[in-house]
Amino acid sequence: MHRRTLLAGVAMTLGLLATGAVAQEPLKVGFIYVGVPGDGGWTYQHDQARKEMEAHFGGKVVTSAIENVPEGADAERAITQLALDGNKLIFTTSFGFMDATANVAAKFPDVKFEHATGYKLAPNLSVYDARFYEGRAVIGTIAGRMTKSNKIGYIGSFPIPEVIQGINSSFIHARKVNPNVEMKIVWAYSWFDPAKEADAASALIAEGVDVILQHTDSTAPQAKAQEAGIYSFGQASDMAAYKPKPRIASIIDHWTPYYIDRVQAVLDGKWESKASWTGIKEGTVQIGEITEAVPAEVKAEAEAVQAKIADGSYHPFTGPLKKQDGSDWLADGQVATDAELQGMNFFVEGITAEYPK
Amino acid sequence: MTLGGIDIVMLIASMMVAATPILLAATGEMVAEKAGVLNLGVEGMMIMGAIGGFGAAVLTGSPVIGFLAAAAAGVVMALLFAVLTLKLLSNQVATGLALTLFGLGLSALLGQGLQGIKPPPTARLPLGPLADLPVLGPIVFGHDWVVYLSLALVVAVRWYLARTRGGLVLRAVGENPDAAHALGYPVVRVRVLALAFGGALAGLGGAYLSLVRVPQWTEGMTAGAGWIALAIVVFASWRAERVLLGAYLFGGITVLQLRLQAAGVAIPVQILSMAPYLITILVLVVMSARGGRARLQAPAALGRPFVAVR
Repeated sequence: MHRRTLLAGVAMTLGLLATGAVAQEPLKVGFIYVGVPGDGGWTYQHDQARKEMEAHFGGKVVTSAIENVPEGADAERAITQLALDGNKLIFTTSFGFMDATANVAAKFPDVKFEHATGYKLAPNLSVYDARFYEGRAVIGTIAGRMTKSNKIGYIGSFPIPEVIQGINSSFIHARKVNPNVEMKIVWAYSWFDPAKEADAASALIAEGVDVILQHTDSTAPQAKAQEAGIYSFGQASDMAAYKPKPRIASIIDHWTPYYIDRVQAVLDGKWESKASWTGIKEGTVQIGEITEAVPAEVKAEAEAVQAKIADGSYHPFTGPLKKQDGSDWLADGQVATDAELQGMNFFVEGITAEYPK
Repeated sequence: MTLGGIDIVMLIASMMVAATPILLAATGEMVAEKAGVLNLGVEGMMIMGAIGGFGAAVLTGSPVIGFLAAAAAGVVMALLFAVLTLKLLSNQVATGLALTLFGLGLSALLGQGLQGIKPPPTARLPLGPLADLPVLGPIVFGHDWVVYLSLALVVAVRWYLARTRGGLVLRAVGENPDAAHALGYPVVRVRVLALAFGGALAGLGGAYLSLVRVPQWTEGMTAGAGWIALAIVVFASWRAERVLLGAYLFGGITVLQLRLQAAGVAIPVQILSMAPYLITILVLVVMSARGGRARLQAPAALGRPFVAVR
């Protein structure tokens, strides 16, 4: 109790100081990363966006970042540290920071918080996410066409809705172009562990998989795919170093416009708590170059899917779709609601892997 | 030969690859601890080996030079630790932790610009037709030279500690440095050498990650392997052959759980992911339940600073 009042007091003092000197002092913006910017994937993209945002505002904004923060109790300490350091806007960039962010936000009412991929809102806490599953629809199409063994592999991180959406969307679209396709799923239970991701890729390759999709942050599976001479897709970042093979396309997270938008809102005093979920249409989700290893007609097919998603004429989760147990989910032409997607906790029909419970 | 849809031969072969980094690091750490120094900086030495080896291999195009550079990087880290703890008598636990943090940070700095580069491949030993033998081929003859080196080192360390005069002195220094000192043995020098050996092996283990197992450089890529190596030393009650067993058990379960998942075996994956750690804890419990003998097998002077009184 005492500590909390003290923290709040310190925060308020800092707040008063900051507002008092608003004309000269640049706005301080803090970031919490689950991995390191050098992962070449998820955290790298956030870090790039942070730098681009800072450059965009010239000297008006100063940013700082804490790397490699574990998801759990320690995250709360790191976020509190940023708040005490006088950051007025704090981005926490992993799902597992959700509770920690909400707790710290309650203690610092005059600091604005933005949590990536979560769903807990507060007057000073926004959430933002990207519709990665839209990108998955495009690369799932390519995967379904490119596999010769009809087995595609998927390295999952944690069974949370964001990842489940990706698995389902990839599978649905691979099946659409190749009815014989099967999907093998391995859970790494980590966002970032290159050795384990490499082992997971090897395990999938040993099972006869010849296309690998990953939802983990490092480029280790790309290296394994290259060794085995099979195909892979860049995840979160372009992973261009593995072009033109094994990486034949990628899903790129592009956070810069959102970061600029939100920082501008704070500068203008117009920041409001909201849930933002944008995708291919808004440019948050981009598809990296589809390389020459992909036949032209497959590339055209994938780009058609992308175009239909971009202009809003097609939703990746459109009925008829059934759940894994055969029960009905979406009727013909029916489209999944955002609420359904954000709570997605089942595989669609056709995936044979056990849903992790 | 398959079991539950999994090719056992390939499983054992990949288990050996997965276990090699921790086997190398744990063997080295065991020697250092036998001499009475607890170096918690294994993770830091490993990651420095990973980046040092990767950088050198990429620059020269030779994985052998890469591994040599990795060992050198590990030795430099270990000597830093030696100066701090043996010369300046700083606390070993705190210094070891600092060494890990230092190594993680420095390797990230050095690794700027090395991301996404493919290292030169480490060749399999050219054993000719032997590698094509069924069953034995992939398990015994199908590996790169580092796997064989790690196994040879286990044998050599076991032999050295148990059968040679130098090994006896090393153990004496770890059990009772004052007595060893009174007999005229150079306690500090023995400890420095043991630490350097541990550093070299940790460096090799790190390079095996970045040059063979993954193979690429990624910041923080050891992801806790150094800590597992430390746990395996305790698990092995400071015996070389048990270090081998522990490392292969751990590597085996790590690989097995991923293979079971890929094969679609209906075992809850959380339990599989937990399994390596669970078994480590179980073995530790079983061992310490045997009348505290595990504790007795720790070198008596482990972690204690040595000051030559006269």
